[in-house]
Amino acid sequence: MVVVLIMLSTLVGRLVYLQVIKHDVFITRSDSNRMRVEPLPPNRGLIFDRNHKVLAENRPTYNLTIVRERADDLDQTLDLLVDILGLSDDKIDTFKKRSRQRQRPYQPALLMSDLSEAQIASLAVNRYRLPGVSVEAQLLRYYPESVAMSHVLGYVGRISESDLERLDSSNYAGTHFVGKLGVERFYEDELHGKVGYRTVETNARGRALRELDRTPPESGKNLTLTIDSDLQALGYKLLTGKRGAIVAINPQTGGILAMVSTPGYDTNQFVTGIGSKSYRALQDDLDLPLYNRAVRGQYPPASTVKPYMSLAGLENGVITPQTTVYDPGYYKLPNDSRRYRNWLRWGHGRVDMRRAIRVSNDTYFYTVAHRLGISRLSEFMHRFGYGEAHSLDVWGAQSGIMPSKEWKRGRFGKPWYPGETLSVGIGQGYWLATPLQMATAASVLANKGKWIRPHLAKEIGDTPVTPPFPKTPPDIKLKNSNWWNLVDQGLEDVIQSGEGTARSLQKGLQYTMAGKTGTAQVFTLGQNQKYNASELRERLRDHALFIAFAPVDNPQIAIALIIENGGGDHLAAPIGRKMLDEWLLPRLDKAGSETPRLDELARGASDH
Amino acid sequence: MQEHTSARRRRVAFNWRRWRIDPWLSLLLLVLVGSGLVVLYSAGGESRYLVEAQSMRFLAAFAVMAIVAQCPPHFLMRMVPVLYLLIIAMLVAVDVIGSHAMGATRWLEIPGVIRFQPSELMKIVMPMIIAAYLSKRDLPPNWTDLGVCLLLMGLPVALIAKQPDLGTSLLVASSAIFVVLLAGLSWRLVGFFFVLALAALPLLWLNMHGYQKQRVLTFLNPESDPLGAGWNIIQSKTAIGSGGLTGKGWMDGTQSQLEFLPERHTDFIVAVLGEEFGLMGMLLLLLCYLLIIARGLYMANKGADTFGRLLAGSLILTFFVYVFVNIGMVSGLLPVVGVPLPLVSYGGTASVTLMAGFGILMSIYTHRKSTS
Repeated sequence: MVVVLIMLSTLVGRLVYLQVIKHDVFITRSDSNRMRVEPLPPNRGLIFDRNHKVLAENRPTYNLTIVRERADDLDQTLDLLVDILGLSDDKIDTFKKRSRQRQRPYQPALLMSDLSEAQIASLAVNRYRLPGVSVEAQLLRYYPESVAMSHVLGYVGRISESDLERLDSSNYAGTHFVGKLGVERFYEDELHGKVGYRTVETNARGRALRELDRTPPESGKNLTLTIDSDLQALGYKLLTGKRGAIVAINPQTGGILAMVSTPGYDTNQFVTGIGSKSYRALQDDLDLPLYNRAVRGQYPPASTVKPYMSLAGLENGVITPQTTVYDPGYYKLPNDSRRYRNWLRWGHGRVDMRRAIRVSNDTYFYTVAHRLGISRLSEFMHRFGYGEAHSLDVWGAQSGIMPSKEWKRGRFGKPWYPGETLSVGIGQGYWLATPLQMATAASVLANKGKWIRPHLAKEIGDTPVTPPFPKTPPDIKLKNSNWWNLVDQGLEDVIQSGEGTARSLQKGLQYTMAGKTGTAQVFTLGQNQKYNASELRERLRDHALFIAFAPVDNPQIAIALIIENGGGDHLAAPIGRKMLDEWLLPRLDKAGSETPRLDELARGASDH
Repeated sequence: MQEHTSARRRRVAFNWRRWRIDPWLSLLLLVLVGSGLVVLYSAGGESRYLVEAQSMRFLAAFAVMAIVAQCPPHFLMRMVPVLYLLIIAMLVAVDVIGSHAMGATRWLEIPGVIRFQPSELMKIVMPMIIAAYLSKRDLPPNWTDLGVCLLLMGLPVALIAKQPDLGTSLLVASSAIFVVLLAGLSWRLVGFFFVLALAALPLLWLNMHGYQKQRVLTFLNPESDPLGAGWNIIQSKTAIGSGGLTGKGWMDGTQSQLEFLPERHTDFIVAVLGEEFGLMGMLLLLLCYLLIIARGLYMANKGADTFGRLLAGSLILTFFVYVFVNIGMVSGLLPVVGVPLPLVSYGGTASVTLMAGFGILMSIYTHRKSTS
């Protein structure tokens, strides 16, 4: 009996220890057992163009997810799923790869998006054979104008392993998609919103039984862009069938009105997950549709730099507006027999600055370049944003190359040769710039030196995006502000003068326009590019360039465009004119109130 | 007045005595079984079916108790050798033709008629045969007697352990050992056997099955495999501990109601009680068991002869071992061996055997010489 009592006391002691002394520990453990915190993903903000047309929306769809820890036999489950869904061989690989992707434990992994109704039905029938697999209703990103907008918006895609490393994992608990490129990527934080949580009571098998507590998610902010989808669509249409880019900026606000790169691609297929075959087709396409030429394409700016060269010469005192140069059709450095040719073999004769811009005389600008020297030239061009990436919110914008002695030594370890300065003087040689940079420089020129960083966002949520922006480059102040007007005159002559290089545009022009053509020589082929003979010839043709702004006295649009291998500049300038017409004509009618049309009046006064 | 009441009491006592039933013990058992059913209703997920089935079993078990109580101890003593040999034969049969359940061969089945575990019967017959043997010898037992007892015990224990059913074989062995102890083994010898048992531990370890080793390892460190083998013990400790002083309330235990607790209506039912009724409930349960054991020991002490006293004492002590091992294992004091909580855990055979044991106990008590 004594032994019995001793043993019973042991039990009582144990129970007191568990239930009284360690009670706190176990009550916590029991609560964490039964309660589970589930993330409530926020709805992604919508994206609109400047006229409030939807560019990116959320469509309700059904997705297939799997919690691997709950699947009895993952491989078998996957095989069964492949059977049930009737997947093509191409998709099976991606499908299986996704199931293996690293994921937080007990979080559903997305296997397939946008299930068809038939697939949902057969999944429902086979549900009992598929532990851990579920069909989730979810909002899926959809881009109504995906191809024309592809390089502006970018796209959202499934969160990858590398994404996981840079994202705040708690805020993205429950989120399957993240912005990968473009606006979607740059404004990811604003568009995504804040995750919500709900606490649910679950049983040992993880089924949620009832909700105990809820913190609703905060939806992402809607984004209004400065892009005009009509202008963008027109630009895309004009470049269809060509490889090229157009960037149009409102100089007064810095807002980017159009940012076209052709060919584009259907971004919607990246949202649901592109098949490896289709992806390879896009990647292997010789026209590089995935390549955003507008902000990543780096081209010699060619003769479009001549207005800036003129200003550089004036500002540094190496020329005056009256300085003339005799052009025999070539330029020769002192003590050098090599001839640097003008594009017109027999020369333009005696040219001053205004005529040099008008006829795009090379010899004049060889002279200016030589007198400036590469250092002063390079420094001045940096003030126009060459060699810099000054855009506010353009994802992946490149800075191009504004060469200098230091740059060349750093890059090639070789000294600078005076002849190289001459090439740079006409926008060739090592000088490379993106269409966005060219449009930005044209915009600064139109503004007579006033800098506003180019940007795509007009409103984030209800907050307008307005200058001044941080890190804005200093405005360009010339010693004589009249020089701006002199250069503008030259640029107007390009269109209006009988010998202007874009004189074909003067017909029917209803506003004053400053423009400059350019022809960039293609002397290198990218590596890894295989061309057949006829293609080779086509791709060795010069790039056609054009920059412009208008109206000259009150610029409302500045534009830069390039057509790869477009041959002469005669191809580029008319496209520029059509873009300016599209933007300006309705606005001129309204401003001039000569022939106001109803539909233009309806556009409202919100344009800035 | 006083004459009258004492006469009435004698009349009542006489009636109980005549039917060979002990009212106090029966009352305690009924209280225990009744509370057990209440807990079972909650543990079984409010299943009326479970409670009804269990009630039917207890009805049968009480009937068995009543019937067994009618058999006089002498009759039992005469029957023991035959029963013992019969069960040994059945255990051998189990080994050869028994049916499988959960990786162990424990059941003997006559299809369509009956299905039972011979090892359960051995729980009663084992102390009987030892007690019968020792009651015919001089006490305390000498070395030869001990050797015979060891042989009588060893054979069935080995057969049961081989099934494998470590829990039952330990219980059977302990029931035999209790008889020997009660027969008056000197403490020196007890100590000697204890040391011997300790020495045998490594040998036991080598002969254990994988899952049995796993259970011991898990007991030593349940956190080593929290989702696998350690799950049971972690969850049951959490259930008991989170119950606190007064518990979460009947049918409000989250551990048990949300199915975190495994085997909650069988071996781990005491964790449900601990969670829902707290330390208070547990102490009441232990008090109930203590009273049953105290009453049982008292009754054993009143036995008419050596056989009766030894057998009764062993039976009640084995009952206590059940309680201790089960609660000890659920609360994490002992490794997990499949021992149900007597008369509370869901399950048939064990209840019937236990009640048969109480029947024997009552028989021994009521068949004492009516002196005093």
